[in-house]
Amino acid sequence: MSTRKNGSHEERWELRLYTAGQTPKSLAAIKNLRRVCDEHLAGRYEIEIVDLLKNPRLAKDHQIIAIPTLVRKLPVPIRKIIGDLSDTDRTLVGLQLKQLS
Amino acid sequence: MGKSEALPARSKSQQRNGLPKAPTGIAGLDEITLGGLPRGRPTLVCGGAGCGKTLLAIEFLLRGARDYGEPGVFMAFEETQQDLAQNVRSLGFDLDKMIAENRISVDYVHVERAEIEETGEYDLEGLFVRLGLAIDTVGAKRVVLDTLESLFSGFSNEALLRSELRRLFRWLKDKGVTAIITGERGDGQLTRQGLEEYVSDCVILLDHRVREQVSTRRLRIVKYRGSTHGTNEYPFLIDQHGIHVLPLTSLGLDHAASSERISTGIPRLDAMLGGEGYYRGSSILVSGTAGTGKSSVAAMFADATCRRGERCLYLAFEESPQQIVRNMRSIGVDLGTWTKKGLLRLEASRPTLHGMETHLAYVHKLVKDFDPQVVIVDPISNLSAAGTGAEAEAMLLRLIDFLKSRQITAMLVNLTTGGVSTEKTEVGVSSLIDTWILLRDIELGGERNRSLYVLKSRGMKHSNQIREFMITSEGIKLEDVYIGPEGVLTGSMRVAQENRERAAALARAQEAERKQRDLLRRRAALEAQIAALRADFEAAEEESRRLAAQDQAREQRIDDGRGAAAVRRGAEATAVTKGKRK
Repeated sequence: MSTRKNGSHEERWELRLYTAGQTPKSLAAIKNLRRVCDEHLAGRYEIEIVDLLKNPRLAKDHQIIAIPTLVRKLPVPIRKIIGDLSDTDRTLVGLQLKQLS
Repeated sequence: MGKSEALPARSKSQQRNGLPKAPTGIAGLDEITLGGLPRGRPTLVCGGAGCGKTLLAIEFLLRGARDYGEPGVFMAFEETQQDLAQNVRSLGFDLDKMIAENRISVDYVHVERAEIEETGEYDLEGLFVRLGLAIDTVGAKRVVLDTLESLFSGFSNEALLRSELRRLFRWLKDKGVTAIITGERGDGQLTRQGLEEYVSDCVILLDHRVREQVSTRRLRIVKYRGSTHGTNEYPFLIDQHGIHVLPLTSLGLDHAASSERISTGIPRLDAMLGGEGYYRGSSILVSGTAGTGKSSVAAMFADATCRRGERCLYLAFEESPQQIVRNMRSIGVDLGTWTKKGLLRLEASRPTLHGMETHLAYVHKLVKDFDPQVVIVDPISNLSAAGTGAEAEAMLLRLIDFLKSRQITAMLVNLTTGGVSTEKTEVGVSSLIDTWILLRDIELGGERNRSLYVLKSRGMKHSNQIREFMITSEGIKLEDVYIGPEGVLTGSMRVAQENRERAAALARAQEAERKQRDLLRRRAALEAQIAALRADFEAAEEESRRLAAQDQAREQRIDDGRGAAAVRRGAEATAVTKGKRK
């Protein structure tokens, strides 16, 4: 795990956030995600926001059930974080940017 | 709401019951639910692991798509599409083809707790989106969620899950789809997560019980709001054609009674039963101890049935079909030709292979498939090995009832063991039996012989005589037994007795003949005497007649002589004579 932390600075991050319409939870998730990324992954991340109401077929790809769901596509392995990302600590743990203390 | 115009025949019954129903197409299930599952509402199917929940759900879906023109969505939480396709292929469904034809949509939902981090508030809108998409894609009328409870292992916020599930069920109802939701059985409640509190319309409980190493599957409708339904536990089978529920309806005593008679296959036994044999649709019990020829009586009946061109189902619990055919050939009954002609079906299985109910469900299925006029169960006593006495009795009652309701003549063979009164069956079904034939051994004079008598036969005049029962190479023969001062004689003692009687009769006949001859001789002698006397008498008569004639002749001669003398004496004498003669 410690090696990952060292190497993570060079990696590109590809994130995808699944939402379903402009719900308060979705909007909160977008806001929280941008904040976390700017703080920890400045300059090397990419966020794609998928609205399942517009593209319902995409839900099957990443086995999306809960909304909002954040999927870390890169670096591998794929990680999924559900919820509005209001719990920053857990978000960082989920993205493996921080070890669970 | 659902399309009922696709099912014109059913819509009438739906109207009568008030609640529209979606037929499942599963054998027997539609009968006990009186038409199917509540249309446009969710139904909960719960039970333990391996009880057949998924199978029931997918059969409902696939049959709906294939037979009732109702496309369906299968949302699988446990099995992938490949797994499902494989599982249903054996049932004769091509899942991949149905998916390609847009009649079925399968969505495999995989929830892996380990790769999910929960950070704040969320809902299950993704599930709704997926389900909604799938429903719209195929125009689904039926939905299966198998097993929704898996969600509980994927997410930690139980309160949220519960409120989302509530929303889901409401949403399904609003969509107007007929849904099956499966749930794992929990302790003290129907499902582990208490799913039943969301589903209020119809709950079906599946059960897979093992008692004394024998498993039995049962199905029960726990509730069905707005509709009457069968409330019992119904046994069901899972075989290569899917689920087969045994719709044992109430034990009504309203079956039609035929007055048609059918031959037993043994002429003498027909004669004992009022000269015509059994009633069609009656139940016949053939009981006896080991080796008394019960199976032979059954085989003769099977043979007679096939000879009439009717179908006979022979359920063997002791011997293999080949063995039965071989053994019966030795008594001159060739069952093999009937099986080849498709009139006879020999089905053998070990009684301990299944539980009582499973056996019954199996028989039920066979009867439905084969549609026989006669069913022979050989023997029923072995069935009790598959369950307790009370269970066996209840099951046989249901079996007899079922066969009677279909006007099928049932012959039950019962093996009684020594020590138990022969007039008591191991499984107490005697009261259900219309005709009871009892086979017994009679041990006498160093021999063991078979005898047969009709213990009872409802609704007909039947013989009260014990007959000696002989198995010959030309079938079964019944003979009168000898009843003498020493009791009933059978076998060689009967033959010996008969010989003795024959000898005595011969002697009596000879004596009578001798007397007859004697009498004849005496009559002949008497007649000879009479003839001699008559001859004597006739001789005497003749003599006297001759003497009289001589006398006359002499007198004539004297007269003639006088006349001649007168002529010689003178003419005047002539006038005197003439005058004198006048």
